[in-house]
Amino acid sequence: MNVSKKEYEKMVDKANIPGKNCLNYLKAFIVGGFVCVIGRWLSYLYLYWGLGEEEIKMAVPVTLILIAGILTMLKVYHKISKFAGAGVLVPITGFANAMVSPAMEAKTEGYVLGVGAKMFAISGPVIVYGTLSGLIYGFILLIAKAVM
Amino acid sequence: MQTKFLNENIYVKSYASVGSFLEKKSRYGSYLDLIIEDPIANRKTWEEAESAFQKTAFTLALKKASLNNENIDCIFAGDLINQCMASSYAFKEIGIPFCGVYGACSTMALTIISAANLIASKMAENAAAVTSSHFCSAERQYRFPLEYGGQRTPSSQWTATASGCTLLTKNETDIFLSAYNIGKIVDLGVKDSANMGAAMAPAAADTIMSFLHDSNTAPSDYDAIFTGDLGEIGSNLLYGLLNKENIDIKANHHDCGLLLYNKEIMDVHSGASGCGCSAAILNGYIFKEMQRGTFKNILFCATGALLSETSSKQSETIPAIAHLINFRRK
Repeated sequence: MNVSKKEYEKMVDKANIPGKNCLNYLKAFIVGGFVCVIGRWLSYLYLYWGLGEEEIKMAVPVTLILIAGILTMLKVYHKISKFAGAGVLVPITGFANAMVSPAMEAKTEGYVLGVGAKMFAISGPVIVYGTLSGLIYGFILLIAKAVM
Repeated sequence: MQTKFLNENIYVKSYASVGSFLEKKSRYGSYLDLIIEDPIANRKTWEEAESAFQKTAFTLALKKASLNNENIDCIFAGDLINQCMASSYAFKEIGIPFCGVYGACSTMALTIISAANLIASKMAENAAAVTSSHFCSAERQYRFPLEYGGQRTPSSQWTATASGCTLLTKNETDIFLSAYNIGKIVDLGVKDSANMGAAMAPAAADTIMSFLHDSNTAPSDYDAIFTGDLGEIGSNLLYGLLNKENIDIKANHHDCGLLLYNKEIMDVHSGASGCGCSAAILNGYIFKEMQRGTFKNILFCATGALLSETSSKQSETIPAIAHLINFRRK
């Protein structure tokens, strides 16, 4: 083959079908915003039901996780996600889907090595590096406070 | 010489193809012998379902040939699941000598070449070549869980839920195999596992060039040149690569990945892929049209991306391969 890797890379870039970025951003913005609006409505509802501020902070994400989990279970979530992309991936709903979907998939491999182990296949790194960055941030804050 | 010309022709005794609901809706869905509407095929797991697809294709081909299990000297079978699980489980109870073959999506060509070689060496009278792929088992192994809400890139391809079986024999029939070319591994540095058409196009170009050179023929000498599953991006890259060598195949080139689904109305992005894709088109559309006399001399070049989940995670480039077979009709 008389084509170098460099030349071929250029050919591939040229042949690639570009994604519809602008439209995708708009969809993600609208749907993502709507998820946040639902969160706000939920917090008003819980306030109306007499929950305290701290409890509401807990109850709203838990409700969103539950909704996303059920939608994943009903095989609807990936259809919404196909349309909205990051709009439902970035909010906590994306995290819930990332936990439930591998768990569903791994059911055939049993509850211990299947569901139990593979549930974290996608969300595991988020937990690990989320905790680690929290730790680093905490240290920085501690040192900054001590210096000041 | 990379191309092997057989002294005695090897004949296609019978063939069968099986697909699921999406394959049925496709442009060439009516060529499939059987549609198993429910992709899980009444089994408990996707892997078991894929085995069922493979076994069904084999049984159908056997029935069409009016042969029994005892008449088959060897089965060459392969699929995409780790350790060729679908094939091994499909034929574990059948009692026929079995040989598992892995060539990623090029497996259909590789199993046919292997079976043909066994017959050509006079070690067998009839041998079967079977492959399959299943969207759900492939997604699960190579990508994400089915219900995961990720978006696919426009270059990605849709793994076909299909299986195909070709029964080869030394006894004369209408369609025969006269030459084949086992391809070399070609790697032009593509790393994106969501763009396998781009990774495989150089391998297809290399094998096609080698065959045309060895046989001293031009693309126009053939009624059609079929590639495995390059999809839209891969096909365009193949034209570009061959143009550099002053070879133009565009006029009679078809890609099984673009034939299997109706890209305009189906959400399959760059086209179909998987061993089942070229297997379904070869054993459905191509052989049936050869039987009718539409095609008399064709090249079937199945392409495979030899990556693994480990190699992808280790940021390795994707080695690709393409094997070519020349089928003719009397």
